[in-house]
Amino acid sequence: MSDHSQVERFQDPGLPEHVHRNADVDPIAAKRAERQVAILFLLSAVGTVLTIVSYVFVKSDKYIYLPVMGSTNVQQLLLGIGLTAATLFIGLGAIQWAKKLMPDQEVIAERHEFRSEDVDRDDLVATFKERGEATGLGRRSLIKRTLGLALGLVGLSPLILLRDTGPLPGKYFDTTDWAAGTRLLLDPAGTPIKASDLEVGAVAQVLPELPAGTERTLENTGKDAVLLIRLHPEDFNLDAQRLSWTYQGIIAFSKICTHMGCAVALYEQQTHHLLCPCHQSTFDVTRAAKVIFGPAARPLPQLAITVNSDGYLVAQQPFTLPIGPSFWERNSSNG
Amino acid sequence: MKTSQKVAGATANYVDERTGAAKWLKKNLTKVFPDHWSFMLGEICLYSFVILLMTGTFLTFWFDPSQREVIYHGSYLPLSGVHMSAAYDSTLHLSFDVRGGLLMRQIHHWAALIFMSAIVAHLFRVFFTGAFRKPREFNWLIGIGLLTFGIVEGFLGYSLPDDLLSGTGIRIAEAILQAIPVVGSYLAFFAFGGPFPGTAFIPRIFIVHVLLLPGLFLALITIHLMLVWYQKHTQYPGPGRTEKNVVGYPLMPVYMAKAGGFFFIVFGITAFLGAVASINPIWLYGPYTPGQISAGSQPDWYMGWLDGLVRMAPPLETHAFGHTISWNILIPGLFIPGIIFTGMALYPFIESWITGDKREHHLLDRPRNAPNRTALGVMSITFMLISLANGGNDIIATHFHLTINAIMWFTRIGLFTVPPIAFVITKRVCLSLQRADRDLVLHGKETGRLVMLPTGEMVEVHEPLSDAKKWTLTQHQQPDALPAPLPASATVGLKGKFRARLNRANATQIPAATLTDLKELGDGHH
Repeated sequence: MSDHSQVERFQDPGLPEHVHRNADVDPIAAKRAERQVAILFLLSAVGTVLTIVSYVFVKSDKYIYLPVMGSTNVQQLLLGIGLTAATLFIGLGAIQWAKKLMPDQEVIAERHEFRSEDVDRDDLVATFKERGEATGLGRRSLIKRTLGLALGLVGLSPLILLRDTGPLPGKYFDTTDWAAGTRLLLDPAGTPIKASDLEVGAVAQVLPELPAGTERTLENTGKDAVLLIRLHPEDFNLDAQRLSWTYQGIIAFSKICTHMGCAVALYEQQTHHLLCPCHQSTFDVTRAAKVIFGPAARPLPQLAITVNSDGYLVAQQPFTLPIGPSFWERNSSNG
Repeated sequence: MKTSQKVAGATANYVDERTGAAKWLKKNLTKVFPDHWSFMLGEICLYSFVILLMTGTFLTFWFDPSQREVIYHGSYLPLSGVHMSAAYDSTLHLSFDVRGGLLMRQIHHWAALIFMSAIVAHLFRVFFTGAFRKPREFNWLIGIGLLTFGIVEGFLGYSLPDDLLSGTGIRIAEAILQAIPVVGSYLAFFAFGGPFPGTAFIPRIFIVHVLLLPGLFLALITIHLMLVWYQKHTQYPGPGRTEKNVVGYPLMPVYMAKAGGFFFIVFGITAFLGAVASINPIWLYGPYTPGQISAGSQPDWYMGWLDGLVRMAPPLETHAFGHTISWNILIPGLFIPGIIFTGMALYPFIESWITGDKREHHLLDRPRNAPNRTALGVMSITFMLISLANGGNDIIATHFHLTINAIMWFTRIGLFTVPPIAFVITKRVCLSLQRADRDLVLHGKETGRLVMLPTGEMVEVHEPLSDAKKWTLTQHQQPDALPAPLPASATVGLKGKFRARLNRANATQIPAATLTDLKELGDGHH
């Protein structure tokens, strides 16, 4: 590297010569530019008129088929085009006006130093010191300490007032509406289901029969939703206990994904996989909904089912584990 | 004097006698603003925000943020008789039974998408030109805040209609809350007023979406603009432009016309999109119920990277002592975003720590002249793009006949291997461009004209650059030209040595061409 002190750098040549625009020198060009701006502003006015006319006179239930867009509401489209023209052309007119007719000579302004003068800074420090001492906080430690206590505590009340934003979870996550003998009802039909109603390869969504008079809420559905899937019994790869939870090839799992709670609604019939559309967690139905792909860390809880004396499918017992996504208090040692 | 002039004069006098406005108006109407298309990106953010406020206010006149159950009896017949929340019902009402309602809904949603895109584009411009350096660090922090709150605001906004698609997103958000160790289930119950979905969440996020966050935006945007106003805008280097001046056009009339006009252009384009491009057709999704979902569920694009990280997370959980910790949710959902946004916020301070540069900067960097920074930026963008791609892995799989498995593994591995490659390639490209600049200054521009010399040799005529161009390509301050970038005391110890290492790596540059170099080459050189 050559010695810096002897290296000559290129110099700033300063602002370039100003080049005049057509409209600056030629009055005909200026008039033309003025006309262009005027036309643009007029187009905006036309747009506004179109908007108002569409609002008042066009029927709101008329639809028209347009390529790419498909069936389109005529009034909505005209309101939108009108509003587009009304606003866009004001902008285009203003820009054209500035570019062609307003002065385009570059202007230079000086930047100012931000840093305050030393005398101002020293004055500030002195003022602060003096008036700080005048508060007496330095000497009066009793005031300082009790002020600290008061200010520290006052922020607690608003926080405490938020306590009633919701109840405590308690044992909510541990239970669903499934109990021994609860009948499975088809969703949305609401009818009980017999084993013969399900073909091999079919999948159905079921909800528990609630006690008479109990209304079904979305909170219930969010915990109780169960998928019923029928396979050939020989397709299962389960231990004896889990096999005893199935009935003639019908197996039931919680539909609520153990990852983040989405409904595991996609069933691949050929591979016997349940796929959650949110993050693609995949569960193997033949192996008690074991996770074979994706971010879910636990299998879908299996609901033990059998039939009752009338032949309807019922639950043998409640879920043995909390359904749905994980939480701190969940004992997940068994899945 | 004309009547209009008399009235104007009287009004001006009335106001000035009460506020002293004439003094600061005089100063500010002549304020100079530099002109470059890339400075309009921040304007797009501002104008989109105004459009959001206006269209949003319209929507609040009809929207009912309640989750109480109603039965639909409006004009959209496929949903006749269906049970749904009042929020969903009122959104359907807006879409089908309020004239201009669907238009306003669509303009509002498009404006939100443009708002977030413009923030990201503006962020890129500010980053790659080094506009965040002293004295503009505060504005950078405010900008990162606006980006973060913008993502939240958008998410809450499209969740208000309580449709099946956005409700699924809320379910995922609840699962993130629930996964927080120790306090998760309590936070979830407090946020939702009980078990999910409950009836408290939509009304609560409504207030956050229309009052709390807009108020915060107004405050942050005001401070952001006041700082730009007071500190004066940065400018690109060029002839006549120095660290001590601003070259451009005055507020009145030029900038007022251009900026004001641009607002109307942004409004017009957004209105056009709202008019012809369907967005968020909630009537197709149906009302939210936790027992249903549609395939191909995605969040809006600005949350796609987050979804991508969650999808590629390994299924890690700790099951111990009767408790569960979901690393598969906490790492991609909280830790990694936390690191990304904290890193972004701290970047100006990290860079000045590395370079030891404590000077003020008002001239922007050409990205090639800051190769490390540019490479780091491209590396980060690559990371986000790979995450974003994985957020749509199901859609990509169906459209391009690939397997989700393949895409997930590609992005899992690519997330860590591709960004460093992007860094190296970008840095090399920057250095190449610096070399090209140097050659251009020293040898001139190729003209394509061939000339035969008396000796029989064929040479291409090179046209020397204008003085203005020579200046623009060589005016930048290079790290090794600084007297002592890092004081010796700053380079001791492990931290100091690390800092010195980074400082030296950052100083990799092709030396800018100088007048001395040009003279040494002599005349007649082609």
